[in-house]
Amino acid sequence: MTDAKIDIKGVRDGLLILIDENSEWMSAVGELVEKLDKQAAFFAGAKLTINLGSRPVTRHGLSSLKAALDNRKLALSKIMSDSPTTTDAAESLDLRTGPASVAPESDDMGATQRYRTQPFDPNEDTVVGLLVPRTLRSGRSVRSDGHVVVLGDVNAGAEIIAAGDIVIWGVLRGTVHAGAIGDVTARVCALEMAPTQLRIADRYSIAPQDKGRWRRTRPEMARIEGDFIVVEPWQRTARKD
Amino acid sequence: MGGRVVTVTSGKGGVGKTTTTANLGLALARLDKRVVVIDADIGLRNLDIVMGLENRIVYDLVDVVEGRAKVKQAMIKHKQFPDLYLIPAAQTRDKSAVSPADMVQLCNDLRKEFDFILIDSPAGIERGFRNAMAPADDILIVTNPEVSAVRDADRVIGLIEAENKGPARLILNRVKMDLVRKGDMLSADDVTDILAVKLIGIVPDDEAVVSASNSGTPVTLQDNSRSGQAFRNIARGCAARTYLSCSLMRKAGC
Repeated sequence: MTDAKIDIKGVRDGLLILIDENSEWMSAVGELVEKLDKQAAFFAGAKLTINLGSRPVTRHGLSSLKAALDNRKLALSKIMSDSPTTTDAAESLDLRTGPASVAPESDDMGATQRYRTQPFDPNEDTVVGLLVPRTLRSGRSVRSDGHVVVLGDVNAGAEIIAAGDIVIWGVLRGTVHAGAIGDVTARVCALEMAPTQLRIADRYSIAPQDKGRWRRTRPEMARIEGDFIVVEPWQRTARKD
Repeated sequence: MGGRVVTVTSGKGGVGKTTTTANLGLALARLDKRVVVIDADIGLRNLDIVMGLENRIVYDLVDVVEGRAKVKQAMIKHKQFPDLYLIPAAQTRDKSAVSPADMVQLCNDLRKEFDFILIDSPAGIERGFRNAMAPADDILIVTNPEVSAVRDADRVIGLIEAENKGPARLILNRVKMDLVRKGDMLSADDVTDILAVKLIGIVPDDEAVVSASNSGTPVTLQDNSRSGQAFRNIARGCAARTYLSCSLMRKAGC
């Protein structure tokens, strides 16, 4: 996921994009746009904060970036920069600005709640996880660039989009997307699987609609096998790795 | 602190909020409680019709909030129960005529003189809903055993939890027992599985509810009606402030 010029992180109120201040501006923008297009599902509807470090960017340079985002229906909510040139340019484009050195704070208590992700030990070679210690009811949305663990149900009308795995200690009734940046090895586990829609990387599946009891009350795990998403009971055999 | 503010809401429209509010108001009045019901559905007022008080409206909620009338002047006394009052909604205005702070202020005034202040919330999750929610001590969610109604109830419960209100309590309205037995309708267990809140009343589907509402004499006044009985049971839980769960009521033989 990490790239030389672009780094993307999940923050409380959306996604934070870091553009390396030493890279060439137009090629960095090109790379970002390529990323956005390749993983359109992950970025769809996200609020973006862009951290430009201390790089000076002209109004022209910034407005071409903003146009590229507008074309993809992405909201650029804030520019973080330590360069007065960039800050002035952003302000002239009616963008919110802030210093590059601090994390962005949420001022928006809308229905979409995103959680800050923080590594518990930066030296450990793991992907960062996000623990949601409650049931996600209809209308809630959780996004993470790592794994997501929910202690509770995920009700129909709620969604989780994660770059990594999704584990639900409860009933999954809503929509989840694991491996949203393209990881085909991502998995979805739930104590009870009854999703509206289940997506892994670029595959998606819906729960079988046999009219009677479609609900199976056993823990299951979904993953990609070959071209399809398979859902298997959580047993010793499923835990090969 | 005086009276208790009970807000009846649902998210989805047409599930029986107004009917429930009217019936609970009357049932609480029958238990000798001092009750005022407030119609917060400004622009689409109904509660006055269901309670049979439509032709007595002079002043309404917006008149009170905007200072054209005193609270006392807008309160309409019920024909049968002298301790039951209605504050009607304005029909010619919309939800933005009242703010959540106005509702809190009004309810704080009413608490001094009443045991219960019932608020009939409009459908939706916008301004009208927030107006109805702002002063609430207890929140009753009305839903039907239908997937879309349950989905909206789930959304509303989420909003209530996010505001640290509640706990929300659930009334399942319009249940057709024969369909549930055949497996063609969501059962109470199916609904509580999803919503995970306390179910304090199951109201059976009953044609008498419609005709009673149309004639302005809510069904809870009919002693032999099963739906009326269901509302009386909920009112008893409300009056005692215990809100017995349905499973307990069944054990108690209600």
